[in-house]
Amino acid sequence: MTDIIIHCAVALLFPPLLLGVIGKTKAAFAGRVGAPYLQPYYDLIKLFRKGSVFSETTTWVFRAGPVITLSATLIAALLIPLGRHAAVISFSGDLILFAYLFGLSRFFTTIAALDTGSSFEGMGAAREVTFSCLAEPTLFFSLITLARMSRSLTLSNILTHPTPAIWLASGASMLLLVGALFITLLAENSRIPFDDPNTHLELTMIHEVMVLDHSGPAFGIILYGAALKLFVLGAVFVNIALPIATGNPLIDWAIFILAMLVLAVTIGTVESVMARLRLVRIPQLLVGATILSAFALMLVLR
Amino acid sequence: MIVLADQLLVLVMLINLVMLGTSRLIFSIRAVAVQGVILGVLPGLIHPFSFHLTVITVVIILAKGIIIPFLISDAVRKAHIRREVEPFIGYVPTLLIGAVFTALSFAFAQNLPLAPEHKDLLFVPASIATLLTGFLLLTTRRKAISQVIGYLVLENGIFVFGLLLSEAMPAMVEAGALLDLLVGIFIMGIVINHISREFSSIDTSRLQTLKEE
Amino acid sequence: MLYALVLLPLLGALCAWIVPDNRLRPLVLPVTGTIHIALTAILLGAAPPPSPGGWIWLDPLGKIVLLSISLLFVVCAYYAVGYLAYRQERPNRVLCMGLLVCLSAMSMVTMTQHLGLMWVALETTTVSMAPLIYFNHNARSIEATWKYLLLCSVGIGLALLGLMFLAYSTYLAHHDATLLLGPLMASARELNPAWLHAAAIFLLVGYGTKMGLAPLHAWKPDAYGEAPGLVGAMLACGLVNCALLSILRVYQICLASGTEIRFFQQALLGMGLLSMAFAAVFMARQADFKRMLAYSSVEHVGIIAIGLGLGKGALYGALFHLLNNGMTKVVLFLSSGNIHRSYSNKTTDVVKGALTRLPWSGGLFLAGFIAITGSPPFSPFISEYTIVSSAFIDGRYWVGGLFLLFLVIVFIGMALTVLPMVMGAPPVDVEPNDYKDRLLTVGPPLFMMTLTLLLGVWPPEFLVVLLKDGAAMLGVLS
Repeated sequence: MTDIIIHCAVALLFPPLLLGVIGKTKAAFAGRVGAPYLQPYYDLIKLFRKGSVFSETTTWVFRAGPVITLSATLIAALLIPLGRHAAVISFSGDLILFAYLFGLSRFFTTIAALDTGSSFEGMGAAREVTFSCLAEPTLFFSLITLARMSRSLTLSNILTHPTPAIWLASGASMLLLVGALFITLLAENSRIPFDDPNTHLELTMIHEVMVLDHSGPAFGIILYGAALKLFVLGAVFVNIALPIATGNPLIDWAIFILAMLVLAVTIGTVESVMARLRLVRIPQLLVGATILSAFALMLVLR
Repeated sequence: MIVLADQLLVLVMLINLVMLGTSRLIFSIRAVAVQGVILGVLPGLIHPFSFHLTVITVVIILAKGIIIPFLISDAVRKAHIRREVEPFIGYVPTLLIGAVFTALSFAFAQNLPLAPEHKDLLFVPASIATLLTGFLLLTTRRKAISQVIGYLVLENGIFVFGLLLSEAMPAMVEAGALLDLLVGIFIMGIVINHISREFSSIDTSRLQTLKEE
Repeated sequence: MLYALVLLPLLGALCAWIVPDNRLRPLVLPVTGTIHIALTAILLGAAPPPSPGGWIWLDPLGKIVLLSISLLFVVCAYYAVGYLAYRQERPNRVLCMGLLVCLSAMSMVTMTQHLGLMWVALETTTVSMAPLIYFNHNARSIEATWKYLLLCSVGIGLALLGLMFLAYSTYLAHHDATLLLGPLMASARELNPAWLHAAAIFLLVGYGTKMGLAPLHAWKPDAYGEAPGLVGAMLACGLVNCALLSILRVYQICLASGTEIRFFQQALLGMGLLSMAFAAVFMARQADFKRMLAYSSVEHVGIIAIGLGLGKGALYGALFHLLNNGMTKVVLFLSSGNIHRSYSNKTTDVVKGALTRLPWSGGLFLAGFIAITGSPPFSPFISEYTIVSSAFIDGRYWVGGLFLLFLVIVFIGMALTVLPMVMGAPPVDVEPNDYKDRLLTVGPPLFMMTLTLLLGVWPPEFLVVLLKDGAAMLGVLS
């Protein structure tokens, strides 16, 4: 019971902090002081206090987009185990639901963007679906590989299965998985080198351009949903990359939080040292990640 | 130690894919150098320590990891090129073909009549995959340098298979083979240099004067 | 003494490197060549027993090839002095060294019984010949060099993989991987058939590329066409015969295994017929006479492959043809080199009436053409006749029939190119240059032509015995 409460609390409250840490890391690399760690929270509060403006040409789809996106991500957050504790909801085959919840949320983001009728948003939507088409197989291959390793179809078992012993025995495929998942993590969350979350030029944007027309609380929901998505995929990544379980629930939670913060710093570092890829190169990297995960699957199946 | 050797072979196969995916020549030369160094380390992991082994390791690392990459990058510098132009088949398709080849080589190795002690090792699939990658590079790329790299990768693939039977290839023969490879690459480097001077490009698709009318 | 055959040319190469003078340097070639052939003559009479490890042994097959390359080299060496004297504007250090290193490696191929060492020597011949093809330093020759280098290197790489497979089959049989011919043949029946099969395929493809068997002959017309006649002769006889010897070694192993030989013979037969067909198609209306010679070379390796594929009585013919083809090709390449020099062109549009302008070279070229197409009384007639008659004796009428058909087509195709070239009136609009037949550029091919004639009329006893011994090693009991 305590674990469930902690699970929900962490999943609800923690995500924006990740964005704050990433921002601070980038600021440190650039030699600036940077915004405070809690800045994303302030931004969210500010947005939620604002009024909403909706274009007359839009329909209910535009309004439903952010809400459905956030709720799908929230359910996904309940499906995954955090800090070596079983997930709140879990059943056999939930990994497929997990993968398609992201599909659902993406569908509504893009369709809401198309609903505005703006050409820029249409362009962003086209890019988003193209790249996610290429990123999705990676996630699936990774999950299937892990499912095969743990011989289970439940996310709770799959993601808590990796242990130091397994890492030693099949380090190669685990390393491939971690590499592939990290690339997916960056791509799915629209981070550099795939997309620049801070860009101000519509022509180069992918994710940001789709949400240009949202304002006030709707935009706040989108921002929060994005942070939550980063948190969920980051948690999947941490579960695989850091297979440590002490047995003490509280210490495990502490380790998990710490690992997530380290992950945020890592993402910040990647964003600081890398430049954004040219659009034509992005599919190449995504296909590369797919091949990595497929290769891992091959090694496991052998 | 065998487990570590297997992990290194996975790395060898990954380097194959990296070389298929990249257009920067210097980068693929470095990748092939890393592959060469791994190949040099591998014999030490699967055979018991001996003086002969140390010499082989040092010689292979020196030849495949340092001298040959140096020779090729020298040719690149002299020819003033940095990138492969658009190859006959694009990068993403070749990468996918490479991945399919790798999968096929796993399937193929499963069905080979291998000795029981070699059944579970990655040597045979890695060897076939590397060989096929070499072929792919040789046939799809236009630049002479990329073709030389493809040839090197092909040789590396054969070498991986050779690791299974070190006693059939005495040190002298192995040294001779390496020396031949070295001189071959050296001469290829010189030829590339002349091609770039003669055609002001090392695009081998321009080499088509000689054919039947 | 055997080792001297390998070391002597290396020593010669060192000399060629040291001698600074472009005029004096080529003299190293005939000196080395003469000593080499003297040593060869002695060794053919009394070959030393196998070395203790079984690595080095000059067996009858090796002797045949050694005789062929040694003869080839000495003729080319004397010719080279005359040729290089005419081409003083080009530095010839690389050429001389390449020829000598290649001779050393070729000698190595003939005497080693270790397939790995043989591979190394063969690869050395490939690499050492590459700079020689590029002797003329122009765009066409660099293209030819590149194709030759890449295709042959890849081909021979595949042969190495074949060797690995072969070694693996011995590893499966008795956990003691080896590539020595003796143990391999002794245990051939226990070898894993699947691996042996794979090995045979890869070795055939690999060495077949080097030999120029169709459909793996793509590099041959380019390299032969652009290299100087002298280098073309080395490629067409020396390298081809060495690659052929490697194939013969594989043949021996397949034969000893009892089962694999059927496939190997079929494959050789198929590739041989295909080579002849390719040559017949491309030789017709070939305007470039050097490329024509390349296709002729493809045809003749095809003939040898067919002889090997037929087995039995044809083996003698195949081995004899190996010698004959080498000798006749030398004549053709060297005399065509002379004609090329004189006209500064190698297409039949320009080259006409060579008999008038260069009576000796033109005559030799004509005689070489008559010999290579298998007309009596030259020796290729005897070897080709042996092969084709053995095909009919075995009841393989299709093979024999196709063989004859291709020979006829090749004869017509080649005649259409050669006769206008040699006969007729020289072109008036092309300014003749000062090139003339000299003793050193005509004597060596003339010597070789005489030898071909002699072998055709009266083959010496020792050679017949040697060829019979060789054929016996390939499965015919004499």
